Amino acid sequence: MAASDTAILAEGLGKSYRSHTALHGIDLAVPAGTVLGVLGPNGAGKTTTVRILATLVRPTGGRAIVAGYDVVREGREVRRRIGLAGQYAAVDELLTGRENLVLLARLLRFGRRGAARRAAELLDRFELTEAADRPAGTYSGGMRRRLDLATCVIGDPEVLFLDEPTTGLDPASRNVLWDVVRDLAAGGVTILLTTQYLEEADQLADRVAVIDAGRVIAEGTPDSLKRQVGSDRLEVTVAGPEDLADAVAALAVLGGPAPVTDEAARRVSVQLGPDGLDDLARAAQALRDKGVPTVDIDLRKPTLDDVFFDLTGTNAKQPPQDPAEPVPVAEERPARAARAAREESLTVVEEPLVPVVEEALVPAAEGGPVRAVEEAPAPAAEAEPPAVAGPQSLTVTKEESQ
Amino acid sequence: MTATATAPTAPSRAAARPGPGGPVRGHLGDTFALAGRHLTHLRRSPGRLVLVTMNPLVMLIAVGYLFRGSMHIPGGVAYEDFIMAGIAIQVGLTGVGPTAIGVALDLRHGLVDRFRSLPISPSSVLLGRTLSDLVVGAVSLTAVSLVGLGVGWRPHEGVLRTAAGFGVLLAFVYVMTWVGILLGTTQRNIEAIDGTGALVLVILSFLSNAYVPVSGLPGWLRPVAEWNPVTSVVTTCRRLWGNDPGVAASGGFPAHHPGLVTAVTLTALLLAAVWGGVRGFRRAGGH
Ligand SMILES: Nc1ncnc2c1ncn2[C@@H]1O[C@H](COP(=O)(O)OP(=O)(O)OP(=O)(O)O)[C@@H](O)[C@H]1O
Ligand SMILES: [Mg+2]
Repeated sequence: MAASDTAILAEGLGKSYRSHTALHGIDLAVPAGTVLGVLGPNGAGKTTTVRILATLVRPTGGRAIVAGYDVVREGREVRRRIGLAGQYAAVDELLTGRENLVLLARLLRFGRRGAARRAAELLDRFELTEAADRPAGTYSGGMRRRLDLATCVIGDPEVLFLDEPTTGLDPASRNVLWDVVRDLAAGGVTILLTTQYLEEADQLADRVAVIDAGRVIAEGTPDSLKRQVGSDRLEVTVAGPEDLADAVAALAVLGGPAPVTDEAARRVSVQLGPDGLDDLARAAQALRDKGVPTVDIDLRKPTLDDVFFDLTGTNAKQPPQDPAEPVPVAEERPARAARAAREESLTVVEEPLVPVVEEALVPAAEGGPVRAVEEAPAPAAEAEPPAVAGPQSLTVTKEESQ
Repeated sequence: MTATATAPTAPSRAAARPGPGGPVRGHLGDTFALAGRHLTHLRRSPGRLVLVTMNPLVMLIAVGYLFRGSMHIPGGVAYEDFIMAGIAIQVGLTGVGPTAIGVALDLRHGLVDRFRSLPISPSSVLLGRTLSDLVVGAVSLTAVSLVGLGVGWRPHEGVLRTAAGFGVLLAFVYVMTWVGILLGTTQRNIEAIDGTGALVLVILSFLSNAYVPVSGLPGWLRPVAEWNPVTSVVTTCRRLWGNDPGVAASGGFPAHHPGLVTAVTLTALLLAAVWGGVRGFRRAGGH
């Protein structure tokens, strides 16, 4: 049962290049007909993973089964069943949109007439009919992306790989693309999409795998991930430095984790509880009661940055450390994984092991006490690959932040 | 593999669609479809055709026309006759750079990834390119020989041998497209490819008998020029066209057996370039 329902299975996938190791053993299991979002910062290994699964790159370790076939030994069978949209739209700029589609359809053996028909169909579906007979070089980024996506669904693939499909698109084009992906998913296509945006994973994915420095560091539903990152933060900017203390005192009424002060920005931020609106109202009331002169009140949604901050203690926007050359760990800091683990259904993989060097940003946020971790059985545990160990939770000591 | 991962709503449609007419016709169809892609490129951006045609024509005018008075060819062969084969091989040599750049651009723009993720043979992709480049070569050879006829070149050995000479040239053009593919898959940097292509063009054509008889070169260069595959190709063509001044007394083995040396060197070069090119293509993007 488990095997036949798994459209993408990766076990201990590794990839080493001469100079360094891009993947340190990736485990993934994507049930057929579902969408997996692979979330990770630059250099995490998202593209490498996708390229291995799409048979473009040979892994140096582990194995992967896609649509029932081994990507190394049965590459051709895999290729008959997949579609790939690479990180950069692969359209032939000198050919028109239609010619691009017809060429690919012919290569997928639709025959001359069949190819023309299929191309027209897809141009229509992807809202490209108007531009169909213009060279693709004249297309906007969003149109290119759509053409790229149209190209990779020509053959009705069972499994679709989309590598950062919306990076660089404006919100409107992004929404069009999201709709297309939702459509495909509704049609039963198994989709693995990589992204740097938490929101995108939230919108599209049934489950999310967070990878960093070539490892899966967390796996779960988007909700569990978001909850783990914490709810929205309230950021209050005050008029002068002397008002900071008042603001802290006012925000303390929320009773949650202690407010964090940023002296330079004259800003106090606090985590809102799950009932964010209530907290917001209480915070505003308290600020007014105390007469704190506020310049700005901002509600900030958790971002991918926060996820990484939380899971690894490093900032996603910083260039990752070269995993081949482990930087001497200044201080073993399992950091925020503790909070992660209290969330049910989110599985934090043991030892994120991203070396945290002295100067790396360490969460200045609430340095709470050690949190007891409850046993948290992951709902999708059966579908879990072995190394993303099922209902495992971490009991991590949360160390004091600097 | 017993696991079949077919989603209930997405049956294996792709797998169920057989190629029309079996694997060989399918392969040929892929190749032609891909060659068609390049020919469409050519219509939209004819730069390659212009370059591959203009370069030999410029040499024909520059060397053949301006210097013909000062060039003396032994055996009473007119310089217009002598130089034609040497000009014609420029078509093949000039094409190396553009072919390589085309391959490198396809790699860079992800088109190679796209093709490699399809259930088609990677050789179709490369064969398609070499076929279209061969068409380009044939068109520019035609243009170059028409201009050659205009400035006084004449084949003297009848239609068949003239055609055979062009056959040899086309074979040379084809081998050179594979050299271009090898260059493009191994050297991804466009500027570097451009430089290497120009170097190949200059070295192979000037260290040969394309413009002057080998006996006219400095002594230490003569063995290099004699064994340069371009020299045998040019000599073979000249013989087929009746434009050859004949073997100088000092001529070595290649000068006496140009046909054999041409066949052997071109075959060896082709095999090496195909092997290296296909390998580079397979490995494209960290194999
Ligand atoms: N051909 C290669 N040779 C050497 N190292 C490579 C090669 N390809 C990728 N890498 C390295 O492997 C690591 C993972 O790269 P990958 O492209 O998979 O990251 P990514 O998650 O897709 O990042 P991004 O968000 O920037 O696209 C990087 O450190 C990268 O430098
Ligand atoms: Mg990438």
